[in-house]
Amino acid sequence: MNLVKILKNAFLVVLFGLIITACATKKSVKTTTESSSTTKAAEAQKADPIEKLDALMQGDVYIGSDTVGELASGVPDRVFFATNETILTTASRETLRKQAAWLRQNSDVTVVVEGHADERGTREYNLALGERRANAAKDYLMTYGVSSDRIKVLSYGKERPVDSGSNPLSWSKNRRSVTVKAN
Amino acid sequence: MRNKFLLLFIFCLILKPGISYSLVEIDITRGNLDPLPISVSPFFADEISKEKIKKNLNIDNLGIEISKVIENNLRKTGLFDTLDKESFLQKPDIAHLKPRFEDWALIKSQVLITGKVTSKIINKKDYIRIEFKLWDILGAKMVDGFSLTTVPTNWRRVGHKISDKVYERLTGESGYFDTRIIYVAEEGPKTQRVKKLAIMDQDGFNTKYLTLGNELVLTPRFNPTNQMVTYLSYFRNMPRVYLLNIETGKQEVVGDFPGMTFAPRFSPDGKKIIMSLAKDGNSEIWVRNLETNIQEKLTDHPSIDTSPSYSPDGKYVTFNSDRSGYQQIYVMRSDGSKVKRISFGKGIYGTPVWSPRGDLIAFTKLHKGKFFIGVMRTDGSGERLLTENFYQEAPSWSPNGRIIIFYRETKTDEKGQGFSAKLWSIDLTGYNERLVKTETDASDPSWSSLLGN
Repeated sequence: MNLVKILKNAFLVVLFGLIITACATKKSVKTTTESSSTTKAAEAQKADPIEKLDALMQGDVYIGSDTVGELASGVPDRVFFATNETILTTASRETLRKQAAWLRQNSDVTVVVEGHADERGTREYNLALGERRANAAKDYLMTYGVSSDRIKVLSYGKERPVDSGSNPLSWSKNRRSVTVKAN
Repeated sequence: MRNKFLLLFIFCLILKPGISYSLVEIDITRGNLDPLPISVSPFFADEISKEKIKKNLNIDNLGIEISKVIENNLRKTGLFDTLDKESFLQKPDIAHLKPRFEDWALIKSQVLITGKVTSKIINKKDYIRIEFKLWDILGAKMVDGFSLTTVPTNWRRVGHKISDKVYERLTGESGYFDTRIIYVAEEGPKTQRVKKLAIMDQDGFNTKYLTLGNELVLTPRFNPTNQMVTYLSYFRNMPRVYLLNIETGKQEVVGDFPGMTFAPRFSPDGKKIIMSLAKDGNSEIWVRNLETNIQEKLTDHPSIDTSPSYSPDGKYVTFNSDRSGYQQIYVMRSDGSKVKRISFGKGIYGTPVWSPRGDLIAFTKLHKGKFFIGVMRTDGSGERLLTENFYQEAPSWSPNGRIIIFYRETKTDEKGQGFSAKLWSIDLTGYNERLVKTETDASDPSWSSLLGN
């Protein structure tokens, strides 16, 4: 009876130990990833898919650099949005301020802000949503001194995805507004 | 999900000797699991007519072809079981004069369609005359029939008109076969789709392309009263609602709006176009009268208001709006007053389309990452989901309000490959879901009214 009890306890102790070890291992792996956040994007290339998503999306807003072009040297051409949202993130506002600064310096340039949605909505609603996103970007550019007659908006809804994938990461790249030189 | 609507099928065979015009009937208000056995005898043509028609149309036996059009139409309703021609015992010409009812009863046929094609010359021009008869086998009598004379190239339409007559006689509802479907034909990779307006007969034949694909075109919709179409074109990168006459090819911008106009639909009388105008980040619903050129704003709200659709009496408009936070369905009077939300289920609701019968609104619903096509009553009660998929939307009603056509897009694989867009149709009961064959990929279908003569 006692022997059985002892064995049982021993087994539990061993099992408990194993769990702790497992947890510790897991934790340490995670900490390493977190600590090296600067090289996150680079690491994301070889890491597993979930970590990759973590590095490229914040909430469901795309924060990576894939598909991002340049309006001018050092000035990214696009900003990204959360699902069904038109709110500009901190990073988006920074990008748009760079665009506005460049546009103020190059006052002969006019632009079209193209608004896009991902494929997870009805076509007509997405046309409206794209227009709203493009206008969110336009309004911000105007706040930073670009006159409205230099900015046209054009909504493509879900008609012009940059990424043809059917997954959250692809969708996040497609929810965007892109500032394109018009002249 | 369909099990929910799986009810006992009711198939009525009413025998009323003495009353000659209502012998066979089908109750199509419920799913039909036991379709009515029907025989379409090849239409008979004499040798002289055959030769003449061959010269005109290069078709060896038009009679057989017409019977195939009818057979195909009836089979696809899911309500009829078209019997194999090989099992027919009687010759087409004799059957058309007077069927030997025992022979047809022997192969378990309950209804028989026979016909005759003859060529005719009127004012030195070639015509075809097509005669058809509908027979009740158990009642042993003819229950309907007509004859039509038309130009030879119209032969498929005659097949559709006969199908409509048969459907009407046997179900008590108007048909939907002599109709066309306008849609957007799609080609190319997902990131650079080339889109063209296309039109075809309801059964997928006679496809014609109405635009060249130089500019993006979306959401074509028929005028319910004539052969005009309204759609969205990105001509010169200015997305605007256009009006197109599909007979003449003439097109024009609808109205003079200071921003993108989209989501157009005709009023039931065909005299107005209701649509959205997006300006400064806000989409509102507008209506433009095509006769008076007066345009009027119907909604006034900082949210997105779009996808408007009139009730068949023209008194109400249903639309979707995200004024509550997410897309939901609303109904208002056609002057914009008395706006009322009607969708309260879980999920996001869009693309409401009022049924031609007036009692239902078809919609798209997004819930837990899946897209549904469903119907609800016009007060939002009685929601029924007909079909679930990865992505599908844009329901459009058949003119008799029995069938809903929509488009479905496939999920791509890890490499972003395998995208396709196709048209599908489903019966109001949730039964009989079918791929609608198109020459290319297709989306945004709109069903025409029954064509006139």
